[in-house]
Amino acid sequence: MSMNLLRLFSGRNASAPVARERLQILLAHERGLLGQSDLLATLREEILAVVSKHVVLDPDKVMVKLERGKTVSTLEVDIEVPNNFDKKAPTEKRMAG
Amino acid sequence: MTKVLVVTSGKGGVGKTTSTAALGAALAQGGQSVVVVDFDVGLRNLDLVMGAERRVVFDLINVVQGVAKLSQALIRDKRLENLWLLPASQTRDKDALTDEGVGRVIAELRSRFDWIVCDSPAGIERGATLAMRYADEAVIVTNPEVSSVRDSDRIIGMLDSKTVKAERGERVEKHVLITRYDPARAARGEMLNIDDILEILATPLLGIIPESQDVLKASNVGTPVTLNNAESAPARAYIDAARRLMGEQVAMTVPAERKGFMNRLLGRRAA
Repeated sequence: MSMNLLRLFSGRNASAPVARERLQILLAHERGLLGQSDLLATLREEILAVVSKHVVLDPDKVMVKLERGKTVSTLEVDIEVPNNFDKKAPTEKRMAG
Repeated sequence: MTKVLVVTSGKGGVGKTTSTAALGAALAQGGQSVVVVDFDVGLRNLDLVMGAERRVVFDLINVVQGVAKLSQALIRDKRLENLWLLPASQTRDKDALTDEGVGRVIAELRSRFDWIVCDSPAGIERGATLAMRYADEAVIVTNPEVSSVRDSDRIIGMLDSKTVKAERGERVEKHVLITRYDPARAARGEMLNIDDILEILATPLLGIIPESQDVLKASNVGTPVTLNNAESAPARAYIDAARRLMGEQVAMTVPAERKGFMNRLLGRRAA
């Protein structure tokens, strides 16, 4: 809506306010993501270490993703484990809690 | 004390090489000893814009690898005796550059020049990160256009994290240079204006280079625009920018073409 208002007030050809608004939104988002990249790497490493204590894992099959929403963001952790992972140790049941 | 200045942008085609040549020549015209260094390995063009393409014998890679001495690779400008060029290799690729090798060459250049102006390749890969690696100051060349501003923002983030200065906890002094600016279109709201760009990038302004035919005319003949026609609008803008780099206070204006009365009338009508 504000984009339309800007257009209305600055004449038909004024596309620059739209460019400005799009850039501001985009860069606020991208700067946040870049700032978070270290956090994600740390999370991934530590999650991997904890799970590896109990389950044999392929480190390449651990994915940590942060999705930013308008009001809430979600942290998605996707770990692929082999089918026979529970044969390794009897401790894995504790992980559920 | 020597200043290492990187001219960078992220996006290609915004005027890094033109600006390197013009600022390097303007600094030399101001009495400084200057070397312009081409980091665009494999796609060198600074030699062409400087008009020295037929005088290249050895290049940056040869010096990095110890095949040639620095003095063998440096090319002295034919117009200004205190302006030199260190060309890039046209046949090798960027992997031939090493952090340690570039560091050695920059250290040797520091002992010989007041200004080392590094022309970065486009992108955010090895060539671009090595061009900025040892910089004390950076000129971020930006067109008033969304993709260029976005890429400039990304490069500013890299200058604050991937340079030797940043790793030591110091700051690379950053300046935005806006090129291809059209004041009439910005006034009509058809182009991002200066304040918008500076607010978004949160980085101080070094200068505003107006869109001008003189830039192409100068590169056609292989002469930095500040030497080709020092009275032209882009040349005056680059000369002012170079004076700011040297620490002078120069009022910020957008130089306009100096037109005759009739042209001015016609120009206004066309706009």
